[in-house]
Amino acid sequence: MVKKLDITQGLPDPSKVMDEILAKYPTKIARKRQKSLVINEPGEGKEIQANVRTIPGIITQRGCTYAGCKGVILGPTRDVINLVHGPIGCSFYAWLTRRNQTRPAEGEDNFITYSFSTDIQDSNIVFGGEAKLKDAVREAFEIFKPKAIGIFSTCPVGLIGDDVHAVSREMKEELGINIFGFSCEGYRGVSQSAGHHIANNGIFKNVIGNNNKDRIGKFQINLLGEYNIGGDAFELERLFDEAGITLLSTFSGNSTIESMEYSHTADLNLIMCHRSINYIAEMMEEKYGIPWVKVSFIGAEGTTKALRKVAEYFDDAKLSAKVEEIIEREMKKVEVVRKAVKAKTEGKLAMMFVGGSRAHHYQDLFKEIGVTTVSAGYEFAHRDDYEGRDVIPSIKIDADTRNIEDLTVEKDIELYREDLAVKKEKLLKSGYEFSNYDGMMPEMKKNSLVIDDINHWETEKLIEYYKPDLFCAGIKEKYVVQKSGVPLKQLHSYDYGGPYAGYEGAINFYLEMERMLCTRIWKMVTTPWKTDPEIVGSFAINE
Amino acid sequence: MLLNHTTSKIVERKALTVNPAKTCQPIGAMYAALGIHGCLPHSHGSQGCCSYHRSTLTRHYKEPVMAATSSFTEGACVFGGQSNLLQAITNIFTIYEPDIIAVHSTCLSETIGDDLSQIVGKAASEGQIPEGKHVIQAPTPSYVGSHVTGYANMVEGIVKYFAKKSDELKNQLNILSGWVEPSDMRELKRMLKLMKVKNVLLPDTSDVLDSPMTGKFEMYPKGGTTIPEMVSMGDSLHTIALGEWATEKAAITLDNQCKVKFSMTDLPIGIQATDRFIQAIAKAGSVSVPESINDERGRLVDVITDMHQYLYGKRVALWGDPDQLIPLAEFLVDMDMKPVYIVSGTPGKNFNKRMEEILGESVPEAKYKNGANADMLLMHQWIKENPVDLLIGNTYGKYISRDENIPFVRMGFPIIDRIGHSYFPTLGYMGGLRILEKILSALMDKQDATCPEESFELVM
Repeated sequence: MVKKLDITQGLPDPSKVMDEILAKYPTKIARKRQKSLVINEPGEGKEIQANVRTIPGIITQRGCTYAGCKGVILGPTRDVINLVHGPIGCSFYAWLTRRNQTRPAEGEDNFITYSFSTDIQDSNIVFGGEAKLKDAVREAFEIFKPKAIGIFSTCPVGLIGDDVHAVSREMKEELGINIFGFSCEGYRGVSQSAGHHIANNGIFKNVIGNNNKDRIGKFQINLLGEYNIGGDAFELERLFDEAGITLLSTFSGNSTIESMEYSHTADLNLIMCHRSINYIAEMMEEKYGIPWVKVSFIGAEGTTKALRKVAEYFDDAKLSAKVEEIIEREMKKVEVVRKAVKAKTEGKLAMMFVGGSRAHHYQDLFKEIGVTTVSAGYEFAHRDDYEGRDVIPSIKIDADTRNIEDLTVEKDIELYREDLAVKKEKLLKSGYEFSNYDGMMPEMKKNSLVIDDINHWETEKLIEYYKPDLFCAGIKEKYVVQKSGVPLKQLHSYDYGGPYAGYEGAINFYLEMERMLCTRIWKMVTTPWKTDPEIVGSFAINE
Repeated sequence: MLLNHTTSKIVERKALTVNPAKTCQPIGAMYAALGIHGCLPHSHGSQGCCSYHRSTLTRHYKEPVMAATSSFTEGACVFGGQSNLLQAITNIFTIYEPDIIAVHSTCLSETIGDDLSQIVGKAASEGQIPEGKHVIQAPTPSYVGSHVTGYANMVEGIVKYFAKKSDELKNQLNILSGWVEPSDMRELKRMLKLMKVKNVLLPDTSDVLDSPMTGKFEMYPKGGTTIPEMVSMGDSLHTIALGEWATEKAAITLDNQCKVKFSMTDLPIGIQATDRFIQAIAKAGSVSVPESINDERGRLVDVITDMHQYLYGKRVALWGDPDQLIPLAEFLVDMDMKPVYIVSGTPGKNFNKRMEEILGESVPEAKYKNGANADMLLMHQWIKENPVDLLIGNTYGKYISRDENIPFVRMGFPIIDRIGHSYFPTLGYMGGLRILEKILSALMDKQDATCPEESFELVM
């Protein structure tokens, strides 16, 4: 066994391992990667390179724009037919694979279990696929009678110039239901992130604001960037429900297009995954005057903070009392498990490279059980996700980002909530924080290694250097890391467990960490005859 | 109901595919390339394809699946992907040090007209491919055929590049293994060993996608067909190609290129297809069939006779790849079961002909369809019209199984919610025994769970 990294005097300076990593690369690549590997120094305003093109030939964690748009943002919404215009694979791979759970009421539509595709063939590439797309829309309407259809462009249809927006308009006219398109070809942008932006724009233009429903609750909120992996949203719905807070719409876990249509009647937007959905929050504030706050419901303390933040916003004594009652009751349950688990997990080391917010949020859960995150990074983040939103004005806009449409949003004269704007001004004066996200780096320890868009080679070297007790990433990394003798927790699919959000989620996660960090099987990887002097036979019974 | 929008009313569709019974070419090329020793697959297109293919293969095998990508952005689509691929080749050989890079195209690089052989040729002439290293390639446009086509194209690409004819005839057979599991590759090798026939199995994913836990990650595990083996294929006595869809192309190429004649035979699933396989080997290798093989066959036949009452007349729905569905349907008919509904998204005109031969007289009510629109929605609608007793296919059948309360045996690709497929073969007589055991267990579990208490049996 290699001696474990000693962090009792703080995290060691990882310059040496960084140099070793870079030494393997061709010079130009080394120069580029160097800017994406940062030794953290909180408060020093260190800059990280993010949201730049993946280097060809590098084994990356990243996916494509289509995956971000269809798979992540629209995928979890149950009452819309997500029709993929392209070859069969694109729709096939996004079919139920993200573990978004949903709970339709009796008789409600749920299309999540279906995969819809135009399955374009070479003749469509030559002669165009719009006619086939129109037929597919008609057939989907005839068979399934959906309220809405979203159409997603894939690489080849973008190249041949099929216009999904024109087809959507025409079909909307013909069939009388909401039909809208997304130009989310896989080659756009540099990662899934571009797809998130495109999806945000599409939902904002085509869905939000379609239904000016009357108020249904005293305190109405939307939850943005929550995708209901492993039932996270159910746990949060439970908490809001008990507190008397009306969750109008979630974007987009356990969600419906119908609820998104009246989501603009909310009083407050909560953002969980900043990277995937901050665009909608910004646009809703500009158009409707709904303020947004960044929260995290990952971790018991985070959940408490978020609930209090919502209560403080609404400034209602009864609500605050109810929220405090929930916190007290839930924290009691959490503490019992946390203490028991922490005794076994304290001092362990974790690394995490996932998505565009989880690599940050899950550090809170680890902290609660005494696990230190020595290195972390995002798959498809931008600089603000690392350094905080203050740096947004200084982010250079490159050609790949410029290719993604930025909507010009104007105040809706009739629906703009002046009352909320006034409320926001008042709360700002009292020190309440709106429209802000500090990012991941300020919250990480000095000398922790922050890496954007980590690749396979860097992963291997880091494991060798840190010998972490746990690695968090996705399915493509899982068995690679585990073959090295390090358990990996998937933070995209939760390894088919969960929920991990809210209080119940925190308890689940603590117990899961106890299981993973204390399991016996890793100790059995080496054969006994390897360490207990190797037996070399000199006599054989058989020939 | 998880598929509550599926009704028995079948609307004629010409454009919409719902719940496909196939996926796209590059994933097949990636799987085939993993069966060569020291090879890193490379996807030439935007990075999402590679990510999806790696994820799906990983979920199926629960093993590391390494592959690189050209990571196209819009610029590459406009100016062509040449510079991306050239840069990728240099980076891959420098950083990951494989012996072979197996490049396959995607619908994106195909649509813009990238010529892989020209680009790879340029890399070679500019000295970007180190001495003793290789870059092979296969065209895999996703809008043609299916994942099986991609597999076939890569296997063809492999033999085209490596197989050489020398003056010396080698006393060995080429076995083109078709898209089967690592466990099946291992089983093929075991059967050939029993028959004492020297062979080259291509590709061979055993010891690659079923590798042991040692505490050390191997980027290139010990398994896979080696370069000398692949080169020697041009000097073999004969080629046995298993499954027309996956291997015929490569077999023809070997014949044209190196004059190695081939026999096309079905994947050895069930009794008769395994019989034909064994006979083909015996004939091509000029060996007699050993007693141990007769014993294995006899055991399978014996168990079927013992359990026939549970099998007789049972209606079965199947979906998957033609190479598997054809011998599987035949096996079911041999056990007097009725494969009544069969769909495969993979096109190919021989599908209907073969199914007609197998089912025409025995199961005249059978419905089967392949190619465009032969999807799982259609199969589910057939089931709604007239139910079946058993489902056999990949993981995606679990929704139908639950909704309709039909026992379900997982076979095919992908299986992402159970294990076993990569460790226990379904090929050969021993594989037949495993299929049989799974079918019986599924049927009997249902009987046990649903029968009235007074008919609950201890002995079955």
